[in-house]
Amino acid sequence: MMPDCLITNARLLDPASGLDAPGALLIRDGLIADCGAGLTAPEGAVVVDAAGACLAPGLIDLRANLGEPGAEHRETIASAAQAAAAGGITTICVLPDTDPALDDPALISFIARRGEVTGSVTLLPYGAATASCAGKELAEYGLLREAGAIAFTDGARAIASARTMRLALSYARAFGSFIIQHPEEPSLAAGGAATEGELATRLGLPGITPAAEAMMVARDIALARITSGHVHFAHVSTAAALDLIRAAKAEGLAVTCDTAPPYFDLNETAIGDYRTYAKLSPPLRTEADRQAVVAALADGTIDAIASDHQPRDADDKRLPFAQAEAGGAGLATLLGVTLARVHAGDVPMLTALGLLTARPASLLDLPQGRLAKGAPADLLLFHPDRGWKVEAGKLPGKAQNSPFDGRALEGRVLGTWKSGRRVFGG
Amino acid sequence: MTYPRKHLLAIEGLEPPHIADLLDLAESYALLNRSGKTQRDLLKGRTLINLFFEDSTRTRTSFELAGKRLGADVINMSVSTSSVNKGETLLDTASTLNAMHCDLLVVRHGQSGAPSLLSQKVDAAVINAGDGTHEHPTQALLDALTIRRHKGRLEGLIVAICGDIAHSRVARSNMHLLTTMGSRVRVVGPPTLIPAEAARLGVEVFHDMKAGLAGADVVMMLRLQRERMSGGMVPSAREFFRFYGLNAEKLACAKPDSIVMHPGPMNRGVEIDSAIADHPTRSVIGEQVEMGVACRMAVLDVLARGLRRNV
Repeated sequence: MMPDCLITNARLLDPASGLDAPGALLIRDGLIADCGAGLTAPEGAVVVDAAGACLAPGLIDLRANLGEPGAEHRETIASAAQAAAAGGITTICVLPDTDPALDDPALISFIARRGEVTGSVTLLPYGAATASCAGKELAEYGLLREAGAIAFTDGARAIASARTMRLALSYARAFGSFIIQHPEEPSLAAGGAATEGELATRLGLPGITPAAEAMMVARDIALARITSGHVHFAHVSTAAALDLIRAAKAEGLAVTCDTAPPYFDLNETAIGDYRTYAKLSPPLRTEADRQAVVAALADGTIDAIASDHQPRDADDKRLPFAQAEAGGAGLATLLGVTLARVHAGDVPMLTALGLLTARPASLLDLPQGRLAKGAPADLLLFHPDRGWKVEAGKLPGKAQNSPFDGRALEGRVLGTWKSGRRVFGG
Repeated sequence: MTYPRKHLLAIEGLEPPHIADLLDLAESYALLNRSGKTQRDLLKGRTLINLFFEDSTRTRTSFELAGKRLGADVINMSVSTSSVNKGETLLDTASTLNAMHCDLLVVRHGQSGAPSLLSQKVDAAVINAGDGTHEHPTQALLDALTIRRHKGRLEGLIVAICGDIAHSRVARSNMHLLTTMGSRVRVVGPPTLIPAEAARLGVEVFHDMKAGLAGADVVMMLRLQRERMSGGMVPSAREFFRFYGLNAEKLACAKPDSIVMHPGPMNRGVEIDSAIADHPTRSVIGEQVEMGVACRMAVLDVLARGLRRNV
């Protein structure tokens, strides 16, 4: 039995309730027993002095690939758990486009169990939307749901066929679930390496028109309308797609979306002299699109910020740009890059944290993601201003392919608690 | 002589004095070559490796000749296209080359940016001999020298680059060089073969070839890759030739003393009519090849000056 723990002298930040006030938080039996001002330590309790640092719910990462099964040379669940703890992440929603794909109930429960073994992070697996994530036949949503799948997606692969997507959106309703789409029209994106435009032309790189994203979003919104299904768009990166999503929400359709830090912190110029660490899918966009993503974070159009962690090793990246694999490591930098928008004055602190906690929790109907009595004591203690520099090669975890390599960040994780147990710092 | 870099990876970023100096030096090598003399002491003891990941006869031969005329030890390495495509090969090759103490490395590769990647890993000075759809800097230099010899200048000339602009590294290097030197550059082709935002590179875009050639001093044709037709970007060779092939009728729109250029190898009857390609006064295609050797000598000379003197 763990002793009680009181974290005192903290700035409590709870996006779910709008709380931003000095106070303390009491952990008992892995749950939040109390929080607020004027708490005193019960007898025998461990006291942690936060020294004025921010105490928030542990982050919920809506989207990450962890390398298992099938790509353990890039990342393992154990190494990803280290990176997550260092990044303040206590829950990770795991993508199913692994090898083999998570299209079988046994694999779903395997991933969830592997998370429990780490003791530091809860893994919530997505089920494959189609068998083997191949885009043809629907996976067994009912059985996968029973095994613990939180929703359905083919990960980094777009569900290309409109008919398949229609069936998926319809069928998922039977199990109260939704479909996550990688919004990119594959026939327009095939072979592309960078956003189509002046820079790609200068570099001689095959381009992907930004319209490939908006077209898929428009199509799937139309399908959500006829099926009454819920579609969620992952890593949205363009103004045009965000406008469509904003309008669909105003219409009352079940449409949600997330984005990832590269799309509000970097623009296409980061690929510079063929910098493959900045090769992502979707590709980095123009500055105008980046600004549109920032605006959509602030106005609520975007429902969550996900790390979009895609581990790659040196052999995947040390290639000519068009041949290099897309994808960036994102666990360790999720908080810091998000806080950069807070420091810039683009997004208020509670709004930004809400996109990493309460809002993904409500999307998935999870008990975590809030500082409330009885909620799991998944906690993040951070100093909002303390600086550090992202250095590929020195990041926690195995994957070092950060598109933010060299970026100076303000906002440092001081401590992470999983179910009341401290798993980072201290 | 001013040249600010260790390598020659691209024309983009070079400033007018750098280009003018390279062209002046190349001009002097053109005269030397015509005189039949050589300068075999200049690169004596230097090793030049031609590393070609794509088939090429004329560019490789041109670099080989340029290196030999300056006295370098020249080695040709052709990496078969079937075993390429994996970057390990590229970077493994880099460490092999370092072990061989190569001084000057001429690289052709099917991927944009491959010479840039290689330049980060090898000790040698790297010369890009064509990378993917990015750049082919020595081709732009030889084209500019050829133009300058015929027109006496580059500034203010109207140059029409015609054909498959989107997939052409020759077009990109020429656009950068000629706009930097003050030429008025037009690109002419069907919209499917014009790259996105081409106008942002400082050129005018034409889809009507006759309008694009009107008043031009220089007509530069590009090779149409056959695979563009299978990719659906052009319906057929006969349709392409009808609207974008250079024949006497279209050439009549350009200035009467305009010159016709082609980087070779030509698809006669697809992008250029044989009568034009072989025209005794208008076609300067043969001279381009001659200037190619002179320009490559100039580039090797300049980059070798930047190498540490240890031979």
